[in-house]
Amino acid sequence: MSIDISQFHDVFFEESFEGLDAMESGLLNLEDGAADIEEINTIFRAAHSIKGGAGTFGFMAVSEFTHKMETLLDEMRNGQREVTPESTNVLLEAVDVLREMLTAVQQDKDTDDARIALVCEQLDDMLGGDESSDIEQESETASTDSDGDQPIGWKINFRPHLHMLQTGNDPVRLLRELESLGELSVNLDESQLPLFSDLEPEDSYLAWQMELISDVAKEDVVEIFEWVEDDCDLTIEALFSTAETSAEMSEAESAVAEPAESAVAIEVTQLAAEKTETKQKSSAAPVAASIRVGTDKIDSLINMVGELVITQSMLSQVGDNFTEEMLPQLIDGLAQLERNTREMQEGVMRVRMLPISFAFNRFPRLVHDLTDKSGKKVDLKLTGEQTELDKTVMEKIGDPLVHLVRNSLDHGLETPEVRLAAGKNETGLLNLNAYHQGGNIVIEIEDDGAGLNEEKIFNKAVEKGLVNADDKLNPEKIHELIFMAGFSTADVVSDISGRGVGMDVVRKNIHSLGGSIEIASEKNVGTKFTIRLPLTLAIMDGQTIRVANENYILPLISIVESIEIKDTDIKQVSGKGELYKLRDDYVPVIRLYEVFNIEPQITDLEDGLLVVVEGDGQKVGLFIDDLLGQQQVVIKSLETNYRKVVGLSGATILGDGTVALILDVPGLISLYREPSSKKGLVKPERAA
Amino acid sequence: MAKILAVDDSASMRQMVAFTLKGAGHTVTDAADGKQALDIAKTQSFDLVLTDINMPVMDGITLTKELRALPSYRFTPVLVLTTEAGGDKKSQGRAAGATGWLVKPFNPEQLLSTVNKVLG
Repeated sequence: MSIDISQFHDVFFEESFEGLDAMESGLLNLEDGAADIEEINTIFRAAHSIKGGAGTFGFMAVSEFTHKMETLLDEMRNGQREVTPESTNVLLEAVDVLREMLTAVQQDKDTDDARIALVCEQLDDMLGGDESSDIEQESETASTDSDGDQPIGWKINFRPHLHMLQTGNDPVRLLRELESLGELSVNLDESQLPLFSDLEPEDSYLAWQMELISDVAKEDVVEIFEWVEDDCDLTIEALFSTAETSAEMSEAESAVAEPAESAVAIEVTQLAAEKTETKQKSSAAPVAASIRVGTDKIDSLINMVGELVITQSMLSQVGDNFTEEMLPQLIDGLAQLERNTREMQEGVMRVRMLPISFAFNRFPRLVHDLTDKSGKKVDLKLTGEQTELDKTVMEKIGDPLVHLVRNSLDHGLETPEVRLAAGKNETGLLNLNAYHQGGNIVIEIEDDGAGLNEEKIFNKAVEKGLVNADDKLNPEKIHELIFMAGFSTADVVSDISGRGVGMDVVRKNIHSLGGSIEIASEKNVGTKFTIRLPLTLAIMDGQTIRVANENYILPLISIVESIEIKDTDIKQVSGKGELYKLRDDYVPVIRLYEVFNIEPQITDLEDGLLVVVEGDGQKVGLFIDDLLGQQQVVIKSLETNYRKVVGLSGATILGDGTVALILDVPGLISLYREPSSKKGLVKPERAA
Repeated sequence: MAKILAVDDSASMRQMVAFTLKGAGHTVTDAADGKQALDIAKTQSFDLVLTDINMPVMDGITLTKELRALPSYRFTPVLVLTTEAGGDKKSQGRAAGATGWLVKPFNPEQLLSTVNKVLG
């Protein structure tokens, strides 16, 4: 009999990584306040489970390492050891190492043995070397008889206590097991059996004297009684060949029913133990990306499929013998189908949705480590952790978020001294907040630090040649400067936020997800970054527009407004083309038919419409023929089916089966700014 | 073939135990903590209960005590799954009325042989 347990490895890894996250956040909580026993218990339990699982599934190094952590935590839990910042830090370090070890096992990679050894040593130092005590306890029963001669067997006196049956232990089972070890003779002692009227059926009154003729060691006999050693009187003495006892007892043998089969059990155990050792190595296969979905989501999907099937059968009934009177029925059915489809779509989307806590939960640790290094005091507050968003979006937003948080910790929040001098609480606040708004998720990163230093940023931008010294910029424009490539205000490049490669990359990443980032900052009050992201990358709300005979889709999120153009508001600027006066602002006009090089039907601006869109923090007006409907569109990648085209983010199939291209506003703007540098769409010369 | 209730807060252990026992022809119901297990145990009967000790909500020791207090579980074998370092866990388990224990880590074959031993 061989059972392959490697099939449970995936589940083990999954729950172990969850356990590590729980340990990490637990340890961080410990640090904040008094040692909460429930918190320590949770951490201990996680370590305990990982250790047990690792042992079971054959990852011995992981199991041994976790054992040290577990011992330390056990002492904390029992109050034998105080919870100190040092011990929490060592344990946090150990969590990291353990995570690496598990990842290495999972992906069949090498581990950083030096680091493991180092943390091992730190744990051992903490434990102070008295760890071996409980191992000694284990082996106490291994006493040996040293009476020279080899005994031929064992004489066993076994008297169960009255209540032994109530532990679920059956004496017959024990006798059967003994019999499996050799030749057993049994003498029943029923002297304690009371009168029938006094007999309690739940108590055990019988006792047995037995002789086991066998060359098994005493421990093997002891082991059989291991579970009941506190529930019986038991003596085991060596039996030597001079005694001729075995024969005379045989008459009492009938006291126990003749057992037969249980002899196999113990041999099997030992064989199996050898087998598993060789089995351990063949496990690590590349990990398939999986997603954990609540059963309620699946249930509601199944429910929706059920409804869809009902609608379908209703429609096919209508279709089978269709007459004109049935038209209302058909219309009803189609409306129902539409509702079903929409619900299904939302349901399937929800399957990919995860709470943002998956991205947020790494921040307590990050803040802990960074404040440790910088000597700042920061209170991190997370809200809206249950807000859900698409798994892919979550994966891609992780790094930008880390960067922004690092930024706040490094540039935004001040040291305690500076804060006190500015009349603030010495502990800074860092809020991470997430919520849904329309079809978007909004993530805010807000600190109550020094705010952006506008003067410094402006000077830096001048120095870097990003703006002219005599440019007049309003505060928002200055804030925007930090998103430009190659910009960094840190006087000394610090360990925390790196070399200023960040903010432009952050913005680029967010844009590539179809999102936007805004910044609001006030000196000495704080800074707030607001990130807006679509809930999913697969579907978006689109506005269908018409240019000549072509239909295009504009992402609804990028549209600011649509207006009818008055000729009087158009300004011709040499070198820059047409500008439209939109209240106090001038926006450049992009004629889409020129961008796409199609035969125009309308060339007079007053006959068409101007859609003002925003991208990359800049507004432009797109000149189109007409606005058509709004609808949700499923995005099909151009890259996988054709190639990347600047100005287009994909394509979709419209209700009538035709294909429409989806416009990428930031791409269009860059195309407009520097038409020659991008290959892609053709932009013909225009007489300005 | 026996009806077995397997209790462990670790999903991988639960699956491993259930898979092994089902493979041997037993019927297995599982629970993720003592409270869940107790609720299940109250509505149906089992020939054997296997329980982890360290669990959230209700641990295995408390579960064993609670089970023993139920008339229909007074003699039902209860095995606790313990770790090597748990010398006092064994005595604790016994005091709570557990039949015996199985030391973690164990492999499927050890599990089966212990279960067979108890079921007789």
